[in-house]
Amino acid sequence: MAEIVVQNVRKEFGDFVAVRESSFTVGDGEFFMLLGPSGCGKTTTLRMIAGLELPTSGEIYLDGEEISQQPPSERDIAFVFQMFALYPHMNVRKNISYPLVSQGMPRAQVREKVAEVARILGIGDILDRPVGGLSGGDRQRVALGRAIVREPKAFMMDEPLGALDAEFRERMAEELRALHDRMGATTVYVTHDQLEAMQMGDKIVVMNNAVVEQFGTPQEIYDKPATMFVADFIGSPPMNFLGFSGTLASGDTVAELGGHQMAMPELRESVAGNLVFGVRPEHIQLVTDGSYRGEVLATEYLGTTQVVTIRTPNGEVKARINSDQPVKMGEAVGLAFNPATVTLFDEGTGRALRSSLNEGVLHG
Amino acid sequence: MAEVQLSNVSKSFGKTNALIDMDLTVPDGAFVVLLGPTGAGKTTTLRLIAGLETADTGEIRIGGDVVNGLTPSQRDVAMVFQQYSLYPHMTVRENLAFPLRSPILKTPEAEIANLVQRVADVLHIPDKLDNKATELSGGEMQRVSIGRALVRDPQVYLMDEPLSSLDAKLRADLRLELKRIHAELAATLLYVTHDQIEALTMASHVGVLDHGRLVQFGNPREIYENPNTAYVAARLGQPRINLLPVGLLEDDAPPGAARVGLRPENIRQGDGRDATVTRVEHLGDQTRLHLKLGNHDVVTLTDPHSTLAPGEILRIAAQNPIFFDAEGNRVT
Repeated sequence: MAEIVVQNVRKEFGDFVAVRESSFTVGDGEFFMLLGPSGCGKTTTLRMIAGLELPTSGEIYLDGEEISQQPPSERDIAFVFQMFALYPHMNVRKNISYPLVSQGMPRAQVREKVAEVARILGIGDILDRPVGGLSGGDRQRVALGRAIVREPKAFMMDEPLGALDAEFRERMAEELRALHDRMGATTVYVTHDQLEAMQMGDKIVVMNNAVVEQFGTPQEIYDKPATMFVADFIGSPPMNFLGFSGTLASGDTVAELGGHQMAMPELRESVAGNLVFGVRPEHIQLVTDGSYRGEVLATEYLGTTQVVTIRTPNGEVKARINSDQPVKMGEAVGLAFNPATVTLFDEGTGRALRSSLNEGVLHG
Repeated sequence: MAEVQLSNVSKSFGKTNALIDMDLTVPDGAFVVLLGPTGAGKTTTLRLIAGLETADTGEIRIGGDVVNGLTPSQRDVAMVFQQYSLYPHMTVRENLAFPLRSPILKTPEAEIANLVQRVADVLHIPDKLDNKATELSGGEMQRVSIGRALVRDPQVYLMDEPLSSLDAKLRADLRLELKRIHAELAATLLYVTHDQIEALTMASHVGVLDHGRLVQFGNPREIYENPNTAYVAARLGQPRINLLPVGLLEDDAPPGAARVGLRPENIRQGDGRDATVTRVEHLGDQTRLHLKLGNHDVVTLTDPHSTLAPGEILRIAAQNPIFFDAEGNRVT
C-alpha cells in the first residue's frame, strides 16, 4: 500500500485561495481524516490527492513518486463519493466487476476477485440482484466494493456517510473502520463531523479557512489544541474560554483571573495582553467552597453525565459532571479546574501558548 | 395553554399503520418530546393534533374539548416545521407579525408591535428586526420561524424536528434557548425528534414511539434508567446499551430473562470474564473500548488516556444489569 506526502500544496481558483501552503503526511495503512467546516479546503485537498484538481503549487508524493500533475487514472487511487453512484441497469455483480472488466482482466479472475470483495463486505447473497431495490446500506457496500475491487494504493472518501441518518451512519462508520482494519489500506477521509473524525481516524488534520490548523492523533488534538479554532471545533461541548488580560512570563504556573489564582501547566513563553484560559467541560468540578464562583444558568441531563452552564466573571462556562450530583438553576457554585489540562491562548492570534503540557506537539 | 390528550387514536395510510391505539397526555405546561426513528409515527402524531391529518379512530382533545372535527385554524395550535419557511421579501418584523395579522385573530397594530418586540427579545434577535429574512444566517432564520409560532398564544406549540437542519454548535445553543423559552412562557410544547440528546436535555416528559405505538412515557431519567423494553433501552445512551444473552457476564438473571442489557458505563473492568480488545476509540473526554466476549461484541468506556491496544485481554463483569425476555420486555 502507500504513504502519501502533501508538501506546501496551494490551490487557487481565480482570486480565491482554497488551500494555502499545506503539508502533512498520511502514513502507510492509516485511516486519515481531513476535518473542518464547509469551505475550509478539505475537499479541495482530497481532490488534489486524487488528481481531480491540480495544485497551483506544491508537491504530492505517493510512495515517493511525485504525482501532483498526473491524471487521476495514472495515480492508482480509488475515490468514494458522498452520493454512491451505481449503474442502475446493472446488477450488483456487474457494478462491482465493471472497473476490472474495463481494465481487460480475464473473466475467471474477475469472478474470483468479485467473490472475495463480496465476502469482505458481506454481500455475497445479493450479487445477482439489481441495484435498484437495494437498501441504502447495501448500495453503500456495493459502491465500496467497486472501489476496493481494483486494489488501489489508497482510498479517498468524501463524506461517504454524509447523506445517512444518525443511527445508520454510526453503524456504517463502524463497518467502514472494521473494513479498513481488515484490509489495512491507506485511506483519506473528508468529514465536517468532529465525532466521526475522532471515532474513526488514526490521525486528523484540522483545516479552517484554507489553512491546516493542526495535525495529530485524535487524543493529542483534543488534549493539546494548537489554536482556539481547534479547541472549539473538537469536543462537545467544546473547550471553555475564559477571557482575561495579564502579563505572564516563561516559567509561570499560575494565571490571575479577576483576582483569583488559577494553576496551569508551566508556561514556556512570555506574553502580555488579552489572553484566554482554556479548559474542557469534564475538567471542571463544581464544589461547595472554592473562591472562584458562578451562577448556574442551565442543566442538561444526558444519562450518566449532565452538562451544567454557569455564568462566571469571565463568561459562560459549561461543566460536564456526574448526573448524580444535584445542581439547581440559579444556585451559586464554586468551580475547580484541573490545572494539568489547562491551555492558554493569545486572544488576538488564537494561538495556544507553549507550556509543559503541549510542548513537543506544537511547532513554532 | 392547555392539556392535549389522545385516546385510542389510530391512523393508517393505505396498508401502513402509522399510528396504532395511541394514548398520550401532554400535561398543561409540559415539554413533551416524542422520540423514535423515521417511520415510528412521530410526525403523524403532530399532524393529527394540528389537524393536518384526520384520525381513523379515537379522540383528540385540546384543553378538554374534542377537536377531531375542527379545522387546523379552529384548533388554535402553532406549528414549527423542520425546514424554516420565511417570506423572503419581508423583514424579520413583518415575518413575525404575519401570523397575528390573520383575519381570524384581528390583532390591533399596537399589540402586534408589542408581541413582536417581546418575542424578538426572547429569541435574542431584537437587532435583526429590520433585516430582510434573506440576510439572516441559518440559525437566525430558524429562530425567526420559531418566533412566528411564539408570537401567538395558542393552546399548544407543535414542533417537528426544528433543529435538525442546523449544525451541531447551533443545535446545542438552541436546545438551551428552547428550554429557557418554555420555562419563561410556561407553554405546553409537543416536540418531535429522532435525536436522543434533544429528548434527554429538553424534555419534561419523553414518549418513545416504536412502529406507531407509544411504548414508554416518563421523565428522561426514568426512561434512561428504567426502560420498559430492550427497544427503549437502545434508543437512549451513547454508545448504545449492550444487549447480551443472559449468563455471559452475570449469574443472577430472574426467571424468564433471555437477554441482559448493560450500559457501557455499567461494565466493570478488572474481574469477571476474559474479553479481547478489538478496537480503541479515543474520543477526547472518554475512550470507547470495543471488546469481543466469545462471539459477542461489547462496548465499554474507559479512561481517556488508556493505553490498551487491540489484542489485549481484559476481564469484565456486569454492574446494574437490566433483564429482558425473549420478546424484549423488561423482566425484574
